Amino acid sequence: MVSSSRLELTAEPKIAMQNFGDSLFKYLTTFFAALVLLLIGVMAYEMYATSSLSIEKFGWSFLTSSEWDPVMEQYGALPFIYGTLVSSLLALILALPVGVGIAVFLTELAPPWLERPFSFIVELLAGIPSIVYGLWGFFVMVPWIRSSVEPFLSENFGFIPLFEGAPYGVGMLAAGVILSIMVLPIIASISRDVLNAVPVSQKEAALALGSTRWEATRIAISYSRSGILGATILGLGRALGETMAVTMVIGNRPEIKLSLFEPGYTMASVLANEFTEATSEMYISALIEIALVLFIVAILVNAIARLLVWSFTRTSNVGGRL
Amino acid sequence: MERTMFFHYRKFKNLFMYGLCMLSVGVALVPLLLIFYHTISLGVSALNVDFFTQLPKPVGESGGGLANAIVGTLILVGLGSIIGLPVGILAGIYLSEFGNNKFAAAVRFMTDVLNGVPSIVTGVVAYTIVVLPMKHFSAYAGGFALGILMIPIVTRTTEEMLKTVPNSYREAALALGIPQWKTTLRIVMPAALGGIVTGVMLAIARAAGETAPLLFTALNNRFWHTSLDQPIASLTVFIYNYGVSPFEDWIAQAWAGALILILLVLLLSIAVRFATRQRY
Amino acid sequence: MEDIIEKEDIEIKTSIAIPGNVSSMTAPPRTIKIKADSLNCYFGKVHAIKNVSLTIPENSVVAIIGPSGCGKSTFLRSINRMHELVPDSRIIGSLTLDGKDIYGMDAVTVRKRIGMVFQKPNPFPTMSIFDNVAAGLRMNGMGNKKEIAEIVERSLVQAALWNEVKDSLSKSGVSLSGGQQQRLCIARTLAVNPEVILMDEPASALDPLSTAKIEELIHALKHRYTVVIVTHNMQQAARVSDATAFFYMGELIEYDETKKIFTMPAKKQTEDYITGRFG
Repeated sequence: MVSSSRLELTAEPKIAMQNFGDSLFKYLTTFFAALVLLLIGVMAYEMYATSSLSIEKFGWSFLTSSEWDPVMEQYGALPFIYGTLVSSLLALILALPVGVGIAVFLTELAPPWLERPFSFIVELLAGIPSIVYGLWGFFVMVPWIRSSVEPFLSENFGFIPLFEGAPYGVGMLAAGVILSIMVLPIIASISRDVLNAVPVSQKEAALALGSTRWEATRIAISYSRSGILGATILGLGRALGETMAVTMVIGNRPEIKLSLFEPGYTMASVLANEFTEATSEMYISALIEIALVLFIVAILVNAIARLLVWSFTRTSNVGGRL
Repeated sequence: MERTMFFHYRKFKNLFMYGLCMLSVGVALVPLLLIFYHTISLGVSALNVDFFTQLPKPVGESGGGLANAIVGTLILVGLGSIIGLPVGILAGIYLSEFGNNKFAAAVRFMTDVLNGVPSIVTGVVAYTIVVLPMKHFSAYAGGFALGILMIPIVTRTTEEMLKTVPNSYREAALALGIPQWKTTLRIVMPAALGGIVTGVMLAIARAAGETAPLLFTALNNRFWHTSLDQPIASLTVFIYNYGVSPFEDWIAQAWAGALILILLVLLLSIAVRFATRQRY
Repeated sequence: MEDIIEKEDIEIKTSIAIPGNVSSMTAPPRTIKIKADSLNCYFGKVHAIKNVSLTIPENSVVAIIGPSGCGKSTFLRSINRMHELVPDSRIIGSLTLDGKDIYGMDAVTVRKRIGMVFQKPNPFPTMSIFDNVAAGLRMNGMGNKKEIAEIVERSLVQAALWNEVKDSLSKSGVSLSGGQQQRLCIARTLAVNPEVILMDEPASALDPLSTAKIEELIHALKHRYTVVIVTHNMQQAARVSDATAFFYMGELIEYDETKKIFTMPAKKQTEDYITGRFG
């Protein structure tokens, strides 16, 4: 029992003395890491403070009113929220099957040496500036949609209200298509990482029971659906905030129309178009409030997506650079 | 009989679904190839010496170039780097060298979230922080917006690249009585230098290709800029303005600008391949 | 109850008797270089070192043996404060160098005075052979090129590597063979002129010939330095050390002259281990 009392005398953990330079180095880098953390808060506060005029005047009706009239100083963001959501959802509907198809191809069918060229192409696609997509969409894709896609859809599926009206080319459909091309790299590469993280035993069990390879793959896909959902939501985050490409092909008209052929407007593109023209303080304030709404939505969407993907793959660097 | 039918159906479905998967690869490649094809074929005609050396000509006069916009983009990216690189690299060092705690996990998470904030929103923030107090558009505001965009990319690549350096080198250096800060800066950083440079280049490429955050911060300028607190031209804003203009030669110059951006991305992507080859 | 009495026993013995001193009455009594007193190390909740007390005399080679996971590496790493680099690690108890509290000193100073050689050779990959040896000097502020060159040569000679590399000093350190790399790491450690050298299984990744060279080297180093070597190779411990400590499950079971440990250990557990009955 003597020994235990002796232990208690020295039972204080050592507070080890540290090198001065090292302590300084640690505090300095911690400061910068904290700065990154702080940045999001500063951004939110700045936008909240400068949009107070509009927030106070319109309150929640800002989000539900569809009247956007700078002359009468009436601002409602609904058409932009609608346009952002519809164009992004359209993009996901088009990109998700293709993206998952690519991921399956890479994990199940492709020889391993295709890995490097694939990630090269993904990096390339993700690296092409938005304005280049916009230029290409405006001059190449929109004329093609006007002359081929929209006439085809209205001829064969014109009875569906989504494909009603005259083929303008520019409009919600064009925005959805260009966005789907832009979010494809994210969805494909993260789905691939997620499928790669599926335990081999899952597939082997299915194959051992006499499943075909595709049936085993389906099991892998359904096993990893939360990860693929994360990839999709990450793609959604990218689509929501995409500005230049959408601005150049969506038609920029603040109206809510069911038909995908009709022009629309998104939160990002109204900022791009009207910010420099905004003359009154209320106008600027309303635009900044749109930016704040977009910011909050993007943060939420990204946070949810990252959590889903992280919890699935348990590694923090999946899609880290996209 | 029924069982063999079912078996054939399953085998067919197997082939069919895998066929669809291969088709989706093709579907994804088509736009990529078309974008390259159109940008090169439409952009190359306007790409000449004047493009790099001359100022934009007034409406109606043909010729001219985007020299001021190219220089403007370099200046904006330079300003962005002054803000983005130190913050990003030091935060990345923190995450890699001291990042085994909850605070670091939060920083890591928020960095990824910050990476997902739309660039146009960053532009609005730069507007409220820089343009509103100064009461006019400026190169500073544009650089500030680009700097914020660069931070998350630089932070995460720096962290990842430093983590590829095996711990045994850190231990070896520390055991020699080299302080940790010197160990990090002179042993660990040089070992990961290729990757960190790549991350920096990637961030620079992203910043150089951004249009949205410049629209109402740096604005645009058809002449040589005179001072950094004045509006400044950039390649991307010029591509936008020229692209939606009704003039043939302006549109051609927009394609030429797009070609330059694509070449930049292509070169950097190749550089990334080389720099991130696994060395340990 | 029996257990506690045994532990007490060890503490008393190891804090009084200094191994190596007993054998030759004519030699001057050796001074204590390192002294651990009721040392406890933790990783989070894991209690890796339990109440260890021992003394390491100057200019001797002390071997630490024991089955893997017994805490021998942790003990070694607590001496030059590498232990604290692991997140969530704690130390309770006292550890002194020349009578001064190691944890009351600047960690950088401690590590300059107590060098370390690791299990796996780890020359700096971006540096030449010369730069590897010079790294510690340069980064601690030595600028005199002539002086650096002298120290590099002397260290390589001491590490018995000079003759093999003197014509290729500018080649990369990782171009050498495993055994040469390990001697390069020893030379790198010697260059900063430490008083104590800790070796964490320095030969376990090497072939028998290289191992023999390292062991010769340890013999030679004893005259100028105090060496603490962790090894799971009992023949090696018997060959190179003056005193041997046997660790088991984080506890110091027995510590005595090497000769005695390997011929007539006082504890049953020690005997079982050295005769290969477990571990």
